Amino acid sequence: MGMSRWFAVRKQLRPRERLVLGVASFLLPLLVWSLVSYVPWIWHPQVEVTDSGAVSYFKPGMLVDREVFDKELLAAREAGAAEPEGVPANPIYLPAPHQVAQAFYTAFTTEPKRRSEQWLHESLWESIQVIFWGFFLSSLFGVPLGILAGTYDLMSRLSEPFIEFFRYLPAPAFGALAVAILGIHHAPKIAIIFIGTFFQQVLVIANTTRKLDPALLEAAQTLGARRLSLLFRVVIPGIITDLYKDMRILLGWAWTYLIVAELIGTSSGITWFITQQARYKNFDNVFAAIMMIGIIGLTTDLLLAWLGRRMFPWQQAAARA
Amino acid sequence: MHHLELPSYLEQSDPVRDRFARLKQRPVVLEVKGLSKEFESSHGPVTALRDINFKTHRREFVCVIGPSGCGKSTLIRILAELETPSSGQMLLDGKEVHGPGPDRGMVFQGYTLFPWLTVKKNVMFGLEMAGRGRGPAEEEAMQWIDLVGLTKFAKSYPHQLSGGMKQRVAIARALANQPRILLMDEPFGALDAQTRARMQSYLMEIWQNIDITILFITHDLDEAIYLADRILVLKAHPGEVQELIEVPVPQPRSAGQLLSAEFLATKKRLEELIHPPAAEQEDNGDHLNMVRMVPVHDEVESVF
Repeated sequence: MGMSRWFAVRKQLRPRERLVLGVASFLLPLLVWSLVSYVPWIWHPQVEVTDSGAVSYFKPGMLVDREVFDKELLAAREAGAAEPEGVPANPIYLPAPHQVAQAFYTAFTTEPKRRSEQWLHESLWESIQVIFWGFFLSSLFGVPLGILAGTYDLMSRLSEPFIEFFRYLPAPAFGALAVAILGIHHAPKIAIIFIGTFFQQVLVIANTTRKLDPALLEAAQTLGARRLSLLFRVVIPGIITDLYKDMRILLGWAWTYLIVAELIGTSSGITWFITQQARYKNFDNVFAAIMMIGIIGLTTDLLLAWLGRRMFPWQQAAARA
Repeated sequence: MHHLELPSYLEQSDPVRDRFARLKQRPVVLEVKGLSKEFESSHGPVTALRDINFKTHRREFVCVIGPSGCGKSTLIRILAELETPSSGQMLLDGKEVHGPGPDRGMVFQGYTLFPWLTVKKNVMFGLEMAGRGRGPAEEEAMQWIDLVGLTKFAKSYPHQLSGGMKQRVAIARALANQPRILLMDEPFGALDAQTRARMQSYLMEIWQNIDITILFITHDLDEAIYLADRILVLKAHPGEVQELIEVPVPQPRSAGQLLSAEFLATKKRLEELIHPPAAEQEDNGDHLNMVRMVPVHDEVESVF
């Protein structure tokens, strides 16, 4: 046994081990981040000035490159002037974990600087709405079209060649057009998410539909199923679990289009918050906001996975595979 | 080698001859006339079936057997109209049929239960398709499930059942539609030997007690002889009827008959038809290129 057990090909480890490893998958990057942030001799390419000494342009709290600091220190020492003092520091764009954790909390409790600006949770809510409508509208047309294209060759040939072409057109490229047609508010953003999702969605779902075991359709036919009942009683229930999995993956893709979409027209939502904070060099807030997106994404997915297990009890065995 | 003295498979005892005479008096359920099927393949057109003719009488059990590539699966798929014949006719109760339908129930080798439906809902499927209401369909389905002895598993999903149980559900599902004929395409091919034997006797029991005509495809000679009234032997390239054998083993059948003289005589005949000695010699390039790979002075020099 020994080590080989941990590297058994396609064999599951014990549940407890799997849980521990899952937690470790989060802790490992956090550990690397902490090491870089808290151990002074790892990286730390800059120096935070604590006492400017005789150097005229140094100010306490200022971040300078280490070479610059060393040069000024040497110059001051040779001149016999007051030496500047400082501690090793990381660049401003890499805040330490505790700073981000703090920002995570204060971002929600800090009032926006200007009346016209939004609280963080308001920005988030705006983003979620844009995602929801973009994904909902895409699914409203994409899912039925995908299923039809996967079921009927007529629908497949009539739609898929064009969609294959269109999906290579980058969604953000339609930004200016979307704004010109739909104005500067939410509509063009929703349109970008729609364009980014819809075409992939049709193809993915058509493919999933085609993977349905044709023997099930034959069996249904010998049991008297015809046309519409084949579609509604066999095709759709037959693919629903895989369709649901596809939708979860597609929802993840929709999130990646969100950031681009929100930069179009008047920037809005979480992206507005991020760009705004980056402008003020509040990188702890930037990281907090980015992580927020990750947390929302992961939570939604876990929730949907749990919901899926409740809704489709017959796939318990298949889900493990 | 020691050879058994076997009677001719054509020799029938009086009760058996009597029974076949009565069987042929029964109304014809399925009549196949001049059925042919050609495929387009990359090597040009291939004749899968040529001029198939036979009749099946009511409540008869017919097995179809033949070497691989004889088109027995194509035949049963054409009978279910999952494929269309190139020419020829098939009549069900003297009438032409169009498209697959519940009057020809089908059981596939791969079970093909709907994984998203419970056992009960699977059996109800055909009944609901026929427009039966939920209540009556459920009641009827439960009777069929009871008949195949799976009442306890009515609420289970297919993935929770063993292969034999799945196939019993598939049989119940097909029978629930009360088809005129039950088409079975190597239904027990994927089962282990013991389950297979058990399923065979279950099927015999069902057949004896229900008004059903069965057309059963298999490549297992014992299975064919054990189950069938008559065996339709096909030959390959192209698929043609070679012989329609009346099985001389008396009914009702039991496992004890597997070594009876009639049984072995029939098996001998089938062996001759399906594995003719000439065909064995035929060099089609499909053989091993074996050389001796054991050292000459090895401790175990020979397996003999």
